[in-house]
Amino acid sequence: MLRLAVGLLVAFMTLPTVVVIAVSVNPTAILSFPPSGVSLRWYANVVTYPQFQRAMWNSLVVTAGAVALAMPIGTAAALALGRGRLRGREVWAMLLLSPLVVPGVAAGLGFLILGAALGLLRSRSVLIAAHVALVLPFVVRSVWVSVRNLDPTLERAAASLGATPWRTFRRVTLPLLRPGLLAALLFAVIVSLNEFVVSLFISTRLTEILPVAMFTYVVNYTDPTIAALSTLFILGTFVVVWLADRFLDLGGVFLHHR
Amino acid sequence: MARAVVELVGCSRDYGGVRAVAGLDLAVHEGELLSLLGPSGCGKTTTLNLIAGFVPPTAGRVLIDGQDVTERPAHQRGLGVVFQSYALFPHLSVFENVAFGLRERRIGRAEIERRVGAALALVRLHTHAGRRPAQLSGGMQQRVALARALVYEPRVLLLDEPLAALDRKLREEMRAELREIQRSVGITTIFVTHDQAEALGLSDRIAVMHDGRIEQLGSPRDVYERPATRFVAEFIGASTVVRGRAVAGDHLELPGGRRIRVRADAELRVGEEIELTIRPERIRLAGPADDNVVEGTVVGVVYQGLQTEVTVELAGGQRLLVFVPEPAPTALAPDQPLGLHLPPDAFVRLLPGRRA
Repeated sequence: MLRLAVGLLVAFMTLPTVVVIAVSVNPTAILSFPPSGVSLRWYANVVTYPQFQRAMWNSLVVTAGAVALAMPIGTAAALALGRGRLRGREVWAMLLLSPLVVPGVAAGLGFLILGAALGLLRSRSVLIAAHVALVLPFVVRSVWVSVRNLDPTLERAAASLGATPWRTFRRVTLPLLRPGLLAALLFAVIVSLNEFVVSLFISTRLTEILPVAMFTYVVNYTDPTIAALSTLFILGTFVVVWLADRFLDLGGVFLHHR
Repeated sequence: MARAVVELVGCSRDYGGVRAVAGLDLAVHEGELLSLLGPSGCGKTTTLNLIAGFVPPTAGRVLIDGQDVTERPAHQRGLGVVFQSYALFPHLSVFENVAFGLRERRIGRAEIERRVGAALALVRLHTHAGRRPAQLSGGMQQRVALARALVYEPRVLLLDEPLAALDRKLREEMRAELREIQRSVGITTIFVTHDQAEALGLSDRIAVMHDGRIEQLGSPRDVYERPATRFVAEFIGASTVVRGRAVAGDHLELPGGRRIRVRADAELRVGEEIELTIRPERIRLAGPADDNVVEGTVVGVVYQGLQTEVTVELAGGQRLLVFVPEPAPTALAPDQPLGLHLPPDAFVRLLPGRRA
């Protein structure tokens, strides 16, 4: 009985994915389920469609930029929250740790107005800035968990052994925060790559990232190309998470428990 | 008198509104092992932290070898510290843990190999250099921590309850080992503990701390046999405090009217109300030839194998704790009358305690 319930739950959760994958191999040019055959023509279309190529590049640049900024900022914030003598720590924690409670539409609108006022809408900088804001809570939360598990006497021990504060950070603090940092990195990459609502507001045809490009495509065409791209997206994400969980010590944040 | 290696001059430390250490003066001499002994919250760990440089004093100065290091951060003090939790770096091997301080001192690779090897040999762990701390037992981790703190030949070794996390048997072994290593290295050592047996067994001198102050500073024998205050008498070992009025230079009248002879350090002033303490092992069951005998009634008997701990109540309500070595000469049972011989020189006069 329990097994059946769990089975149904899993089926319910994975059904959309299964449908998308099935549709992506449909040889005919309509988004229909079940597929009438097996073909890879839409995958070929994904790779050759110029707007997707451009969007892929945009996604890489925006995600790389956002992650590169959010990681050090988020780590510093987590350290300040986790141990610094920060005034009003509760409030800061609430603001930094709760994944944005602001609806994506509102945040997108805000970034749009700001971007327009600053004349930055033609460049990817607004997208990067927005993504930093969006991934920061995930980074802070992941690192914060590691900060809280960190024994402060270890840093005292390092100091007593002659290590300067910077050396202590490099040789003790940072290595011990590794699991949190890696989890933060993964979260940031995944959240940024999948971000859509806010990005939609502040993308142009030239700067749009992959999810936005996919949306634009669906608005205009209804062939399974989009299903093929989605399938690739899903696979890519899964492979990254699997590799990370397999080879990096993440303490089972993503896949299995220990 | 030996040279002072560590000196605290009028050191105070407040946490919030709480005064953890209050105007402490202390000089630790070359090569000695000095214990800071006291109950939790007495300020002993704060004192250690002041010396190590982990917290700055609110007032006062810290001197090492006569140099004022009050403003100097921990990493420039060059002291060795062993923490209660050992604080070994979990991501580094035993070798790298011990090598940590040497690497910070930019010592060459061959020299590091040699010195880490020697330090690990000193604590008999040279075969475990490649292990991670988590793979070692508590006692082994403790020895790694000791090797790590000794390997760069620090001026002073600070030990913060280093044995507290070990079980009793291991603790006793480590105590002996620690003393032996300390003696062979000859390093000036400050040892923080709440365990009186540890302090008595290990120390050259003991500073008994209470409420952020040093209540008494002296050799283990001094502190045990001549406690200066009621707090020291009660904190170290068992003791009975006897209150009474001096009726002669060497006679005390107890509340019930019974007079006993005592020999305190100085003559008693007649009429003065005073407090004396006596150790339970100094009181003996009275024999026919004994003088200075008091009669009382047994109110409590606790058999402890080596001895039986007997509480005797005198006529005026004063209770005395007596350790009767086993096998006891007579059967001991509650409500039984008992004569006790109080050797006059076993009494120690207590200063009016700070605990008013």
